Amino acid sequence: MNDQTPPTREERTAALKGLGCARKRVEDARFTQGKGNYVDDVKLPAMLFGDFVRSPYGHARVKSIDASAALALPGVIAVLTAKDLEPLGLHWMPTLAGDKQMVLADGKVLFQGQEVAFVVAEDRYVAADAVELVEVEYEDLPVVTDPFKALEPNAPVLREDLQGQTEGAHGLRRHHNHIFLWEQGDKDGAEAAISEADVVAEERVYYHRTHPCPLETCGCVASMDKVNGKLTLWGTFQAPHVVRTVASLLSGIAEHNIRVISPDIGGGFGNKVGVYPGYVCSIVASIVTGRPVKWVEDRMDNLMTTAFARDYWMDGRIAATKDGKITGLSVHVTADHGAFDACADPTKFPAGFFHICTGSYDIPVAYVGVDGVYTNKAPGGVAYRCSFRVTEAAYLIERMIEILAQKLGMDAAELRAKNFIRKEQFPYHSALGWEYDSGDYHTAWDKALKAVDYDGLRAEQAERVVAFRRGETRKLLGIGLCHFTEIVGAGPVKNCDILGMGMFDSCEIRIHPTGSAIARLGTISQGQGHATTFAQILASETGIPADNITIEEGDTDTAPYGLGTYGSRSTPVAGAAAAMAARKIRAKAQMIAAYLLEVHEGDLEWDVDRFAVKGAPERFKTMTEIAYAAYHDAIPNIEPGLEAVSYYDPPNMTYPFGAYICVMEIDADTGEHEIRQFYALDDCGTRINPMVIEGQVHGGLTEAYAISMGQEIAYDEMGNVKTGTLMDFFLPTSWETPHYTTDFTETPSPHHPIGAKGVGESPNVGGVPAFSNAVHDAFRAFGLTQSHMPHDQWRIWKTAQDLGLHG
Amino acid sequence: MIPAAFEYHRPSELSAVIALLSEHGDEARVVAGGHSLIPMMKLRMAALDHLIDLRDIAELRGIEVGATIRIGAMTTQHELLTHAGLAEAAPILAEAARQIADPQVRYLGTLGGNVANGDPGNDMPGLMQCLDARFTLTGPDGTREVAARDFYEAAYMTAREDDEILVAITFPRPGAGHAYEKQKRKIGDYATAAAAVQLEAADSKVSAASIAMTNLSDVPVWSAAAGAALVGSACGTPAVEAAVAAMLADIDPVEDSRGPVEFKKHVAATVLRRAIARAWSRV
Repeated sequence: MNDQTPPTREERTAALKGLGCARKRVEDARFTQGKGNYVDDVKLPAMLFGDFVRSPYGHARVKSIDASAALALPGVIAVLTAKDLEPLGLHWMPTLAGDKQMVLADGKVLFQGQEVAFVVAEDRYVAADAVELVEVEYEDLPVVTDPFKALEPNAPVLREDLQGQTEGAHGLRRHHNHIFLWEQGDKDGAEAAISEADVVAEERVYYHRTHPCPLETCGCVASMDKVNGKLTLWGTFQAPHVVRTVASLLSGIAEHNIRVISPDIGGGFGNKVGVYPGYVCSIVASIVTGRPVKWVEDRMDNLMTTAFARDYWMDGRIAATKDGKITGLSVHVTADHGAFDACADPTKFPAGFFHICTGSYDIPVAYVGVDGVYTNKAPGGVAYRCSFRVTEAAYLIERMIEILAQKLGMDAAELRAKNFIRKEQFPYHSALGWEYDSGDYHTAWDKALKAVDYDGLRAEQAERVVAFRRGETRKLLGIGLCHFTEIVGAGPVKNCDILGMGMFDSCEIRIHPTGSAIARLGTISQGQGHATTFAQILASETGIPADNITIEEGDTDTAPYGLGTYGSRSTPVAGAAAAMAARKIRAKAQMIAAYLLEVHEGDLEWDVDRFAVKGAPERFKTMTEIAYAAYHDAIPNIEPGLEAVSYYDPPNMTYPFGAYICVMEIDADTGEHEIRQFYALDDCGTRINPMVIEGQVHGGLTEAYAISMGQEIAYDEMGNVKTGTLMDFFLPTSWETPHYTTDFTETPSPHHPIGAKGVGESPNVGGVPAFSNAVHDAFRAFGLTQSHMPHDQWRIWKTAQDLGLHG
Repeated sequence: MIPAAFEYHRPSELSAVIALLSEHGDEARVVAGGHSLIPMMKLRMAALDHLIDLRDIAELRGIEVGATIRIGAMTTQHELLTHAGLAEAAPILAEAARQIADPQVRYLGTLGGNVANGDPGNDMPGLMQCLDARFTLTGPDGTREVAARDFYEAAYMTAREDDEILVAITFPRPGAGHAYEKQKRKIGDYATAAAAVQLEAADSKVSAASIAMTNLSDVPVWSAAAGAALVGSACGTPAVEAAVAAMLADIDPVEDSRGPVEFKKHVAATVLRRAIARAWSRV
């Protein structure tokens, strides 16, 4: 009989479903059955509905607003305008970037779709009917959608509220449409390196404006209880605690009287970090009416008005010796921020972490200057599935490497390998001020090249070029290379904050008497699977099976304060807090075990799910037994109960990296493409759940594919959004989505408690250069150096046309 | 994306539809699959007081295959794809239907709605012109037939009167030499350019050819000259290029987010060359 055979160490470890386990996502049971609970599922008695009157113009003076016809419609409760919000001081609101933005049009509108008036009605249909009845008289003003034209001396003044202000939140404003110039690095040193170099590659690289476009749009339900003075706000918030603080500061309602709840969120990708006029108007409307008010965007509202991403014009110069050793990098960016500077970056970083743009390379000297500019476009500038401006940085350096390789006549894979930061150089101090925690780029790169048979692909490509020139085929072959380095996990409180709140994060664990547990964190999952993976961290740290641990996030009345989920910060920061809180639990558990086993604490050692006496493993107390004792036994000098909280201030960012290779077929006549192969090697440090990682990589690559190959927010010269619906805004279906092959190396972070680095955004950061480089590489033999994204069919056709490939 | 209020009707007799249309005039619209009309209503670009759902009218359904093929207007794209006799008799229908959106759309989208709405982006109008189909229209004054090649006047403007509805589509059973070639940006998109080609052969030469193009003008473009250029040839390069040149003279694309005019012409030429080659290989 085996009944008495105790489980082996391996069996006990497996039973935990801890670190490294491809545990099925606990969230999926409800999501796949349509049982999620999203903001639009929140239905309260007597709830009202809000909808916006929006500007049809890109730039116009608002002469008058007549809401009388709308107010006469049965079921319409109120129509709010800037005049109504002004006495409350809420017609403008501060942005995350130190600017301010209109909540409702105050005298003028600055972008198409801007919020002009807020209609509140008994139901959603009446609200929409009433929007049509609000008469707004506009007077056209000249529109500027090009940031370079916006900086011309006689360009129209967009922000009249800032006229005469030569100082902004980030230093001097040198022009009425200028926001800031932000600089990092050694300008003179970089210039010297460039002027002394054997070879300099110079190019303007545009990373176009796009949009995170989460499947669930933004929305909220505000409910002011006038009896107890408490405001409850359900919303699609990636940072619910910060929203509570902001709501308190803006409204004057004491923070303890505000409860913010982020329920299930259907994707965020940075779009749900900022504060939008809809939230402010819903809160005001609920305070005024004493009834709950729901506001949920439709798809066009979401694409046209809530936060966009990218829109960086990057002028790069990279210097090298003639044998391919990079000697310097200089970058100037013209950053189109739209009508208000509402970028969601840590306060001290108006261009985010763009200065990670030296990438994976050991570049001795570098300089970055970023000019922020106002235009007649929607505000935003969020990190769309990337850390702050990191995908722009990765795209810039990975394009510049390719262009330099062309100029040197050198293979681009070889050029990368020649300039990688070497394993023994970590922790590595970059020329632009970062301390890279760990990496082994050569190992990853060699593995990737071997996996795709890189030399074989190059040989095939050379044959293809010959066949194309002979007229035997109309298809070209592109090999897109990318080795990226991310910077995630913001971040150390000493230099990272959002509206003054340090970017720590938190975890609180409560172990129940029977040995199961609940943990609450300051983050909020939007599909990342936190309830699955955080439980795995806790399982490995506490010895309680992941299946017995409930994870809760998103309710500010119950969860500890945290800065939320974006910038791949959940695992690096909240995941670390979880491990640290668990270690506090374990420390107390060790004291309890020592009491129970009548030994000294120092005589015990941790063994998977228990404390055992050193040298006598048969004498042990499991975490379950210890938990019961914590609530049952009167233990001298130890408080009852077993719980802990940790607020974790990370000592550094983490630096995930990866090697991606895309093989693409391109039809020179139609501009159509086919992704023949996509190989993605990710190194995100310690891997918590390989299946969740693979899912994250697939999702991120698909967004990268969309961005590179077709997705954009385009404006015409009148400031009209040309891509306001999913007919024209490219969101790939399963049909368009390529097949991906994933792989990994594992280089733990030396400063993270479990060595994890974060992975959710790597595939977007690395994917975009890989896809785009494949397009460029297909035309390399015909002399192409740069063609801007998105690489949709007509733009690829135009490239072929301009290169004379259509005969 | 919230429509204005409207009255919903769902009659089960064709006569009731005609009566409703006669009563409400241009304040009423019929809806088949709804893939064009419903989004327009949600965008408030189509304003109507009465929406008449045709789904319960049995006589608008059904596929009859003989020397002439008759397809009821409410036949869905999915039914076109799965009808065994039709796949053999007129395989170009399935080849085109398969390139319309995705299965969810094809379960609801109908042939009649696709051709009657007059949207130049729709695939079936060009295909019906290629097949020389006739549209059966019923109104208060009875039933009449209009040739597909005469039906389209401008974008969303057709020979159908406001109080008429499309009942059925008929066309002669085509030969084997067919192809529907479509370029689009993604699933669910309208064509950047599409070509419908039917060829017949005698003595290894083209004896008859019909060519129609989609989304390259404000109406579908049946190019008689393009077809004529192929007759008597074995679809060699000179004949194909003559057909392409004739087609290019007949289309009138406009720039949109799919690309500029020059690109669309280039793609139109490419899809036509491919369609001719494939149709000829099947003759």
